[in-house]
Amino acid sequence: MTTWNLGPVDRIALGEGRAYRAGEHEVAVFRTRTGGVFATQARCPHKQGPLADGIVGAHQVICPLHAYTFDLHTGCPKNGTCEALRTYEVEVNSAGDVLLHV
Amino acid sequence: MKRKLVVIGNGMAGARLVEEILLRGGGERFEIVMFGDEPYGNYNRILLSNVLAGAHDPKDIFINPLKWYEDNHVKLHAGVRVASVDRAARLVHGDNGVVETYDDLVFAMGSSAFVPRMAGTEKDGVFVFRTLDDCDSIIKYTAGRKTAAVIGGGLLGLEAARGLMERGLQVHVVHLMNHLMEMQLDRMAGAILRSTMVRMGLQIHLEKATSEILGNGSVTGLRFQDGGILDCDMVVISAGIRPNTQLAKEAGLTVARGIVVGDDLASPDDPNVFAIGECSEHDGKTYGLVAPLWDQARVLAERLSARRPQATYHGSKVATKLKVMGVDLAVMGDRESSEPDDEEVTYAEAKRGVYKKVIVRDGRIVGAILLGDPAAAPGLVQAFDRGAEVPDNRAELLFQLDAGAANTTRIEDLPDDTQICNCNGVSKGDILGAVRNGVRSLKVLCDTTRAGMGCGTCKKQVECLLEFAAGDSKVEDPSVHYYVPGVPMTKPDLVEEIRARGLKSVSSVFRELASGKEDPASKPGLASLLKTLWAEEYVDERDARFINDRVHANIQRDATFSVIPRIYGGVTSAEQLRAIADAADKYDAKMVKITGGQRIDLLGIKKEDLPNVWRDLGMPSGHAYSKAFRTCKTCVGSEFCRYGVGHSTELGIKIEERFQGIESPHKMKLATAGCPRNCSEATTKDIGAVAIEGGLWEIYVGGAAGARVRKGDLLCTVSSHDEVLHYTGRFMQYYRENGKYLERTYDFLERVGIEKVRAVVVDDAEGIGERLDAAMAASVAAYVDPWKETPHETQFSEALEPRGELVQLRTARAVGER
Repeated sequence: MTTWNLGPVDRIALGEGRAYRAGEHEVAVFRTRTGGVFATQARCPHKQGPLADGIVGAHQVICPLHAYTFDLHTGCPKNGTCEALRTYEVEVNSAGDVLLHV
Repeated sequence: MKRKLVVIGNGMAGARLVEEILLRGGGERFEIVMFGDEPYGNYNRILLSNVLAGAHDPKDIFINPLKWYEDNHVKLHAGVRVASVDRAARLVHGDNGVVETYDDLVFAMGSSAFVPRMAGTEKDGVFVFRTLDDCDSIIKYTAGRKTAAVIGGGLLGLEAARGLMERGLQVHVVHLMNHLMEMQLDRMAGAILRSTMVRMGLQIHLEKATSEILGNGSVTGLRFQDGGILDCDMVVISAGIRPNTQLAKEAGLTVARGIVVGDDLASPDDPNVFAIGECSEHDGKTYGLVAPLWDQARVLAERLSARRPQATYHGSKVATKLKVMGVDLAVMGDRESSEPDDEEVTYAEAKRGVYKKVIVRDGRIVGAILLGDPAAAPGLVQAFDRGAEVPDNRAELLFQLDAGAANTTRIEDLPDDTQICNCNGVSKGDILGAVRNGVRSLKVLCDTTRAGMGCGTCKKQVECLLEFAAGDSKVEDPSVHYYVPGVPMTKPDLVEEIRARGLKSVSSVFRELASGKEDPASKPGLASLLKTLWAEEYVDERDARFINDRVHANIQRDATFSVIPRIYGGVTSAEQLRAIADAADKYDAKMVKITGGQRIDLLGIKKEDLPNVWRDLGMPSGHAYSKAFRTCKTCVGSEFCRYGVGHSTELGIKIEERFQGIESPHKMKLATAGCPRNCSEATTKDIGAVAIEGGLWEIYVGGAAGARVRKGDLLCTVSSHDEVLHYTGRFMQYYRENGKYLERTYDFLERVGIEKVRAVVVDDAEGIGERLDAAMAASVAAYVDPWKETPHETQFSEALEPRGELVQLRTARAVGER
């Protein structure tokens, strides 16, 4: 298990996601309005849509390309038949930095 | 302290009411207690005939099993009949001794089978047909029996007859009246239905009153008042229903045919006592169908949840599709014409079992019967619901509306691999598979299969398939009436609440109107509406925007973006072209393309380059991404064209300068044409202005040449550019305020009707013209070129690198990894 410091959480706009490149990993990190921070694989399994550009709400993300929707806790698709997303453990430390465990 | 709500009745009305209340956050406000005299959760009574026919297992018809009540903290006294209500003490007594207090009380007790006066009803083998238990007893009794008589040739009687026939019995229907289903059908339709049913093997006896059920202990036959005798092994009585009102009467409430309620659905005798569904009577009417009950549940839920305490019920338009023994039947509104000027348009083809009748009053449908032709039904129901103007050639009403379906094979007959959704490649088999797996509502069906999620034109066919595969077990998802799925309100209600509560941000709408529950899919629609309503005062939350509106460019399939600078009216200059060409080179555009709307598109631009591209271009955003006014296409007009009679280019530029960036329910594409040759195709645009001889301009609205093709309707003819701008703005604002999210102007216009639109926009019939103009002017004034706004610092990063020193921690259990 490797931990990456992704930097201050406010690099992610409130209620949105941002993509990160952490070594060989491409990860989308989301910051929900209720204060949750989640990380998943960066691209939608359907057609490689950039999930960090999706719409986030109530720990779900909607892919901007074809509106596949995923649960950020589990990575499971909420509509259609699509593979589940890989999710990663993520936390915000006392300094306000996002730590990603991969 | 929570108020206590007691609902008597756990049928389709009571349970639906509680669902609607919970949906509106009413669980916070109320402690909810229900009484149901059947020992089950809540089931779909409409499907009992399918259970009788063996087509459905009883467990398939449950809407809410007992666990649902537990999960939602609703206390259900299942199998407990209410013995009395003490309004003075606000107490409800169950027949098992249980007592509940209440603050608010709802009667949703439905109705019971009506048993006409006759001798011998106590004999074995005599049944009514109303509950799951009735159904069960009937099924058990059919074993080893050969002949059944059904008393009652109404809808329910015929349904029961079908069920018994499916179980292999010879079935006689005995009806008092001179034609079948006289409540819904006229005599001609009744006669055609009868011959269809006789062909199917049913025996039908009209104008027969039963005086006695014969048999020694158990049924052996019927005796009619005219002396005739019919042998049979069992009898099912299905001669109508009577609202359950006894309990309410004893509680001192006013009861006529049903429990009398006002527009607030409360009893005139007690403001804390309500009645909905089949046991209630509103405006002299009782209803025996499911749609009115849902309307009532919605209104009462709005009131009780305090979401809209002033919500009122004004009766329901009744349109219903029925499946009677495999016969397709749709009825709506009046059965017979009643006013002297009513027109009746009829078509009958008895041999094929087809009968169509439409009653037209003042140019609108007030009633219709469609027998044996399901294809025509959706169009007519829609026209009836919307009160749409009917075509001058009335025959189109019966035949054109279903032309699309009639010309092709019925969708039911197509092979399973037929592609239904051409956007997402969903086959008929995929859709049927999802229905087999338990999907029952159109919305969920579209969500799971993704059919209808592209351009949306196949939704009607998907609905058809759902009906075909699920029959009457189809349920309507309540959210189809909502402006956005995550906030349970129609657009007018939502607008009213947003204004009344001064909600100016998307998150405040979720907080106040959706119990704090964010729904991501609803965010862009809410953002669009709020911006329309508040213009400059709108509190922007960028996370509510779709990515295109966050980065002001259109996302492409490879996650690059396409950039379209605004070129007003399609008129550009060498200088602009040079700037565009330079930007294309510098930022490595993968393609440079003239768009369908006469603009230049730079495709394949990387996200992080977007701000630089805009700066280098030095032109404003072309808004080729948002749900907003896009472009005004122009022809060259009178300046160079030898046919041109109006200066369409100049007008197009003015339109574009004024309305750039104006948000709306969907995109708006406009055009101006300098003569009726219409080179810019202005009659198939959301709004189009066409110059005609005499210095005049015709304004067309609601045209389309996209997923659908539709010629726009002529709104008015004016004599100056200024007037074109005036009516264009007013129409846009009316559409912005009243269109459903993602409803194009052409659907909006068909829903509202050109007469209504013209009355409001041109004649100012509602006196709101000035307000619409002012609202549009405020939005125009609030326009800021989005390419000049300051976004969040990392908005344009394609991917962020970990910041600062990279910390790699190896934990003990990770040894060996990586």
